[in-house]
Amino acid sequence: MMKTAMFRIWRGDGQNGEFRDYTAEISEGMVVLDAVHQIQAKQANDLACRWNCKAGKCGSCSAEVNGMPKLMCMTRLNELPLDKPVTIEPMKAFPIIKDLVTDVSWNFRVKKKIRKFKPRPPDAPDGTWRMVQEDIDRVQEFRKCIECFLCQDVCHVLRDHHKHEEFIGPRFIVYTAALEMHPLDTENRLEDLKKAQGIGYCNITKCCTKVCPENITITDNAIIPLKERVVDEFYDPLKKLLRLLRP
Amino acid sequence: MPQYQTFEHDVLVIGAGGAGLRAAIEASAGGVSVGMVCKSLLGKAHTVMAEGGIAAALANVDDRDNWKVHFADTMRGGQYVNNWRMAELHAREAPDRVRELEAWGAVFDRTQDGRILQRNFGGHKYPRLAHVGDRTGLEMIRTLQDHGIHQGIDVHMECTVLSLLKEGDRVVGAFAYERERGRFKLFRAKAIILATGGIGRAYKITSNSWEYTGDGHALAFQAGAELIDMEFVQFHPTGMVWPPSVCGILVTEGVRGEGGILVNNQGRRFMFDDIPDNYRTQTAESEDEGWRYTQGDKNARRPPELLTRDHVARCIVREIKAGRGSPHGGVFLDIAWIKQRLPNAADHIKRKLPSMYHQFKQLADIDITKQQMEIGPTTHYVMGGIRVNSDTQMSGLPGLFAAGECAAGINGANRLGGNSLSDLLVFGKRAGEFAAKFAKENRLGAIDADHVDEVAHDALEPFERSAGPNARGESAYDVQHDLQEMMQDLVGIVRKEDEMVRALEGINQLWKRAEKVIVHGNREYNPGWHTALDLTNLLTVSEAITRSALERKESRGGHFRDDYTNKDAALGKVNVVLSRGADGSMQIRREPIPEIPSELSQIIEEMK
Repeated sequence: MMKTAMFRIWRGDGQNGEFRDYTAEISEGMVVLDAVHQIQAKQANDLACRWNCKAGKCGSCSAEVNGMPKLMCMTRLNELPLDKPVTIEPMKAFPIIKDLVTDVSWNFRVKKKIRKFKPRPPDAPDGTWRMVQEDIDRVQEFRKCIECFLCQDVCHVLRDHHKHEEFIGPRFIVYTAALEMHPLDTENRLEDLKKAQGIGYCNITKCCTKVCPENITITDNAIIPLKERVVDEFYDPLKKLLRLLRP
Repeated sequence: MPQYQTFEHDVLVIGAGGAGLRAAIEASAGGVSVGMVCKSLLGKAHTVMAEGGIAAALANVDDRDNWKVHFADTMRGGQYVNNWRMAELHAREAPDRVRELEAWGAVFDRTQDGRILQRNFGGHKYPRLAHVGDRTGLEMIRTLQDHGIHQGIDVHMECTVLSLLKEGDRVVGAFAYERERGRFKLFRAKAIILATGGIGRAYKITSNSWEYTGDGHALAFQAGAELIDMEFVQFHPTGMVWPPSVCGILVTEGVRGEGGILVNNQGRRFMFDDIPDNYRTQTAESEDEGWRYTQGDKNARRPPELLTRDHVARCIVREIKAGRGSPHGGVFLDIAWIKQRLPNAADHIKRKLPSMYHQFKQLADIDITKQQMEIGPTTHYVMGGIRVNSDTQMSGLPGLFAAGECAAGINGANRLGGNSLSDLLVFGKRAGEFAAKFAKENRLGAIDADHVDEVAHDALEPFERSAGPNARGESAYDVQHDLQEMMQDLVGIVRKEDEMVRALEGINQLWKRAEKVIVHGNREYNPGWHTALDLTNLLTVSEAITRSALERKESRGGHFRDDYTNKDAALGKVNVVLSRGADGSMQIRREPIPEIPSELSQIIEEMK
């Protein structure tokens, strides 16, 4: 007899839906996405879910497993209690399209509004630049982001308070940090961060850092330093005085 | 024809991986309107999974490198059936394409003097791969994506093309469906670029994602374009083999580039046992020399683990078949051993190969800084594809271009690691440039309403079939699964006449079963329906691979025949070409490879 486990999966669209129970056969090393695929192939051909690489590199299969925002492809079943059903539901910070698939198009619209990379003139006559590894370590950490949007999902400003119009969320603060801290970049994004992008909404609960599958230290390395830069730029008393004198 | 949602673009790009994005950026820079269609969300395409690096003769690490060495390496790796002009253009232009990425914000690992760092890889004479740890593909796709979104490109995400539309011989549009609501979309374009990637999903064990169903290959073929070299499928030597659920997931060649070694269950470093003649002078004589090579000693030659992928994969199969494999049917890949040579080896491994460390730790409970990995070959890449003009990337059909993995030529019988990312950039750019030019010189064509109606009808038929009271039909998942098993068993790494003849019969049966597939549910984001629609493409490319593999009665590169184990000099002068007959059947012929100009053959000779 194959070992089996019960999966309680959200089925439905934006308006209606319910949890439905499915039994799947379990084998060594299985991840949650394997169970979803098995159910899809054998019991519910129309069960909607996104996935691509199944190796934690593309960030497509984001969902909430037993209430925790996770990549389904990197969540091993042996890490979960299988004596009760494993619940799998779509991310909550975005509208549901169907089953486990959500409408994440807002993220793509937000990104387009962030000022693009603007490099300084090349350092060498052949059009190339020189950068020291130590100076890019931090930026490379941010550029590990696979855009799974789990940090957006867990952020209470978006998830509970729905401030999507006023706040860009942890993902795009990390994106902005990668640009602002890029040794070659010459653009200034601090005013946008303060005004249109609402960095002040973040009150550093660090939930985003905890769920990041790439282990990016989102809060400490990206959000806090950018908050400090915004404070330096706009709330420094000396700078304020100078601005008053020379508007 | 009913009213379908219709879009008009000067250039339509199908596929949004490295080649598609680079093509779209270039076409847009050429001053034409550009639309891009992708099966998944933007930034999730297969390029994201590329690990090791981008091959380009920048000569930042070893100043002996230049385009000529890269060209000769590519031709040798491809066993000289490459399109030599594409191999030349690729080697010449790759450095500029990499530097351009840096201008668009890519952050490559650095040399001591602050330039782009390059690493060793199989078949490349000098350290040549620009990289970011072991996540180079992510860096590349994100750089192109983040640059591209500011170029005014219209992106149609989660949208799959069902058929190309023609006016006479010319390709003038595409008919597609979007996943969210399942509605059809009609695209009219003056030029179309296919950048749909590969065919890995035709096999059971693969490093490829669900998207890799040979869409571009099949769309082009059905429209009347030719396919070449389809017998050449690359099985990457190192995929994960355990646990079962991760079987096939890629383990980067970078592990070997950083000093990783292959051993059998007797602890023997078996790659030293079989070194091909044409690589003998370039291969290390001792383990010590091999180690020194991976650490940048310019006087040392490469260890045999860094021979070409086709050869390494076959050596692994040999060990497994001889009973010298690992417990779960692979062999061992060991990077942990470098602690004998390096202080702080564990930190070094984690820094150089972060995602491999993470992947094994999380998915297999293996700490690669302490334990050996178990690995085996996995279907990775197809060298064959749409036949294109080497300079413009236009297929035989006016207005239809192809770039990246779905186009053929540059790689010949075997692709070198790192050459795919540079291929995407070099030929993506060229396709974009020449498609824009074509678009400026031509008007929108007329749409064949009857053809559109037929495609729409066929796409919806699986729903109709389920409508009958006693309807019993096939499941798309079962047909796909059976095809994958069969291709794996009968047209895999080691091939034989009788097995492939059986595979052709099997494919015939599967075509019939595919016609009986029924789909449950409605059109809204229904993976059962998507899987059913992908079957046509999977079956088309499977048939193309099998027919071509039967035709090439020799062993060369990625194509190995148990019944013809040697190279045949006569077959080394031809490509196998597939075209669509008037009755829709697959026609096969051999065509001589054009004579290589003397200045290029001289380069090959000098580098031997």
